This record gives sequence, C-alpha cells and structure tokens, in this order.
Amino acid sequence: MAIIDHDAALARAGANVTGFWSQAAFLARRYPLGTVGAIIVAIFVLTAVFADVIAPLDPTATNSKASLAHPGSVFWLGADFMGRDMYSRIVHGARISLAVGAGAMGLGAVIGVSVGLASGYLGGWFDLVLQRLLDIMQALPLLVMAIVMAASLGPSLRNTIIAIAIPLVPTVARVVRSSTLSLREQPFVEAARAVGMGELRIAVRHVLPNTLAPLIVLATAQIGSAILVEASLSFLGLGIPEPHPSWGRMLSESAAEYVRTAPWLVIFPGVAISLTVFGVNLLGDALRDILDPRQRS
Amino acid sequence: MGAYLIRRLLLMALTLFGMSVLIFVMLRLVPGDIADILTNASGISDPKEKAKIAHELGIDQPILLQYGKWIGGLARGDLGYAYVSEQPALDEILPRIPISGKLAGMALFFAVLFGVPLGVISAVRQNTRLDYALRVVSLSGLSLPSFWLGLLVLMASVQWFGMIPIYDADRHGFWANISMLGLPAMTVGFRSSALIMRLTRSSMLEVLRQDYIRTARSKGASILAVNFKHALRNALLPVVTVIGIEAAFLVGGLIVTETVFNIPGVARFLVEAILWRDYPIVQNLVMLIAVVVVSVNFLVDMAYMALDPRIKFAD
Repeated sequence: MAIIDHDAALARAGANVTGFWSQAAFLARRYPLGTVGAIIVAIFVLTAVFADVIAPLDPTATNSKASLAHPGSVFWLGADFMGRDMYSRIVHGARISLAVGAGAMGLGAVIGVSVGLASGYLGGWFDLVLQRLLDIMQALPLLVMAIVMAASLGPSLRNTIIAIAIPLVPTVARVVRSSTLSLREQPFVEAARAVGMGELRIAVRHVLPNTLAPLIVLATAQIGSAILVEASLSFLGLGIPEPHPSWGRMLSESAAEYVRTAPWLVIFPGVAISLTVFGVNLLGDALRDILDPRQRS
Repeated sequence: MGAYLIRRLLLMALTLFGMSVLIFVMLRLVPGDIADILTNASGISDPKEKAKIAHELGIDQPILLQYGKWIGGLARGDLGYAYVSEQPALDEILPRIPISGKLAGMALFFAVLFGVPLGVISAVRQNTRLDYALRVVSLSGLSLPSFWLGLLVLMASVQWFGMIPIYDADRHGFWANISMLGLPAMTVGFRSSALIMRLTRSSMLEVLRQDYIRTARSKGASILAVNFKHALRNALLPVVTVIGIEAAFLVGGLIVTETVFNIPGVARFLVEAILWRDYPIVQNLVMLIAVVVVSVNFLVDMAYMALDPRIKFAD
C-alpha cells in the first residue's frame, strides 16, 4: 500500500506555486522545450518591432564597392551582390516574416472561424454547400494553392498575405465546425436559448469561446507554415517583390551559383527562417500539451 | 458499402469539377497575359500585333467558351497547346511525370524507412535523452524550408565531392537514378519522415498503455516482439493516413526541390508555366495535382477500412 505524500504531489503539480515569476519558473521547468520556443519567438518579435534600431545599415541601400563582401567588421554577415548588408536585411526580414505569419494566420483564422461557426451552428444546406467548397479548396496542397493564388493576385506584401491566408481557411473552419457541432447540443446552449438569448449572441458569446483551445493550438502551428510558405513563394519569385528584404527572396537571389562562391548568402537567411519556425513549432507543441490535455504526449 | 462508394465517387467528381472552375477563373484574373509577356519580350508595342497573338491563342474569346473548349478537350484526351513551346500540352506534361513520380516515390520510401523505426524507438524510450534528441530532430524537420535544405545539400556536395549532382535524362537504370535523385529525394523526404516519426511516436505511446501489451509482456514475449509485432501493427493505422496525406503534400516539396536541383519534373514545370502565364499547362497541371490528391485521399480511406475491421462506413 503506497502512502501518498500530499506535499510532494502538490509540489509536482505546481499547486502551491504563487507569484508571477515563480509560476513562470515552474512552467519553464515543466516545459523546457516550450520555454526555448517562447524565447526564440520573443526575440523574433522584438527584432521585427525594433528592426530600425537594431539594424546598423539601411537594408535596401546598395553599394557597388561592397558587392559580395565577406562577413567582417563592417558587414557582419557579409553583403549580397548589390552590396547590401546581409545582417540588416535579415533583421528587417523578420518584419516581413512576422507580418506575413501573423497577418495570414489572422486573416485565415477570422474567415475560417466565421465559416466554421456558421457552418456548424446553422447546419442544413448552408453547411453542405460550405463543406463542398472547403473540399474543393483542400484538393490542392497548401503551397500549390498559395502559388496559384499569389500568381493570380500579383506580387506584393498584401497579396502574399491573402494568398497564404485563403488556403489556411479550410483547416480552421473544419476544426471550429466540429467543435461547434458538439457544443451546439450542450445544456448551456439550451439554457442560453431558454432565457431568450438571440442565436447570433449564443454563437459568438457562448459557443465560440469554447472552441478557442484547439484553435490556438492550430493557429500557432499555422504561423509556422505561413512563414515557410512565404519563404517558398518568395524563393520561387512569386511572393514579396524587390527590394523588400524577404528571407526566402534573399535565398533565391543567391541560389545555385553562390553555393560555391558566397556561402554566407545561402546560410544566414536560411538559419533565420529555420530558427524562427523551429521556435514557433516548439511553442506550439507546449501550448498543445497545456491547452489540449487529451493529446498530451 | 456500395452506396457509400457511389456517394464518395460522386463527391470526388464534384470536387474536381469545382476545382476546374476555380483554377480557370483564377488564371483569368491574373494581371497580364501571355500576349503582354511575348510583346514586351520582343519589344513590340503595336496593339494590333498583340491582338493578333491573343487571337491566335484564342484568349480573346468569351471565358465561358474557353472553359467549354478546355473541358471538352479534356474529355477527349486533348489538353490543348502550350503557349510557350507551341507543342501539344500532353506531350509537354507526360514525359515529366515519371521524373517527379520517381522522386516522390523515393522520398516517401526514405520517409517511411527512417520515420517509422525512429518513431518506435522514441516512444519506447519515452522521456529519455534519446527521445528528446529525436523529438528535436523531427521538429527541426518540420521547420527547415526544403529549398534551403536542398541548397545546404548542394553546398555539402560541392565541399566534399567538388561537384553538384546534375540530372541527365539520357542516363537510365537503377544506380543512375539513385545517384541523380537520391539526394533530392532525401531532401524532400526529410519533412515527411519527421511528420511520420512524430505520429508513429504518439500513436505508439497510446498503444503501449493498452492491456493487451501488458498481457503480451507478462506471457514472456520478447521486447522486440512486443514492440514491433503487437504494438506497432496497431499503432500504424493513423500513420497510414499520414503517409497518404504526405504523398499528396510532397508535391509542395517537389516544386522547390526540383527548382533547387534543376530537375525537369512536373512540379517545377508548374512554376515555370505560371511565370509565363502558360494557361493550358497551368490549368492541366493543377487538375493533375488535384486528381492525385483526391484519389490518394480516397485510397487512404479504403486502406483504412481494409486495415481496421472496426471501421464500417454507413451506407
């Protein structure tokens, strides 16, 4: 017969941890990988916000004398063919990636939530038609759909965000719809209806908040995909146009021939993309463990 | 069962029809058409010349008529003519399919070869250092853009072999294919193997907690037999789904990898055709990809039903 040590059990569960910093320290011990992710994401966001202060040089200023300069004291990470400082371009590139990642996910989530909520809550022919439309959108892989959208909208920051947001809609809509379907039958919805609350208000105030946990998990994962898709689009020449410093675009300028002659042009932007997406994914994994205990690993 | 199949096939047909309308309309929204590009490239600014080109290509006709012509042609196996090469689109597309097919097949092979066993190891050794290391590797597989991984592979092969693997259509045979497509396939497959590994791990963890695993252990079955015979067979079911979905989503990885390694497959051809506004190629390629994705999803569902006797689809 095991003896339960209540104090030890409570300490393990973190029940007696109070205060902001000690709670933060507890979470950090419990989710070490997630903490690393959160730190990477924080650095990424701060870099994007304070890019003007952090970058020593103008990211778009060309300098023919510095063409393909090696990494050194002036150009910390070297310079590209047009003599633009790689370090400053990568710092400013964080802004583009953040704008596209957050923008595409935000737009995709707003449309997806509206579609999913309406589809699950209203049901009937409306649901049927929307589901078939989502089927059509999901018949193409994310990148292919984004490529076609980006080509038909034309290259610009705004259009790139739209081109990535639309293909993200079906997944969000499906997740929200399936939780709405089960929430619709819950007693608290019936109770709200019984006290005479309007249907739209029930959907937005009572059903929607209960779909948030899986949505946050999904949204974090989608920020990562959105950043990767933007990089791929820009790499293929269909995303952010010149002279904006997009990480993917920087790799397409420097592709195959610079692999031999100027490897720093290939390595650093890729490190920036991978590290950022890696941080977002680590954070997403930890959020899933915290918010969605059924999937806890 | 029969009714389910018929309903499924009808839905597939509906999805593909919707996709054909969607892609057709989206392509016509593109600012600038091939006539603009051709006239700009040759320095002609005469609007009459441009109108002549547009007329020759049939892009001055009403959009509904153009759509009807395309679908009618598809039904007869006629995909129209490519604008750029002026060859039948079918002759342009067909020879590129086996190249991408081989690449995708090899990538999927690598993905399963590494993904499944490493996922099992990670689950069996849960919360050890090995598990943590494997989880970080698999998560990084989902974080590296495959075109960058491809560039790094190129860089490494320049460094170590002093050369870059070049695709040569005249080389045939098993080893030639391995030497030309092996590295690109591994580059594409890395992401899929990471996904397969993560899913195998979580699925294995679920199964390892089941009573019948404890029974197998207590009757004295060897660790290997328990893990691979009793547990893995049951854990593989969700993995089959992901392998199916990944098979379709490999297309995205193929596009950038074929571009990086300069392999003349279908996926890279799609991007080239989009940049040239070569509608006949783009719309047929997009339909091809949609057909592959929809059929793969269908086959995965069928496989699911065959593998798990508990699943029965309602008629």
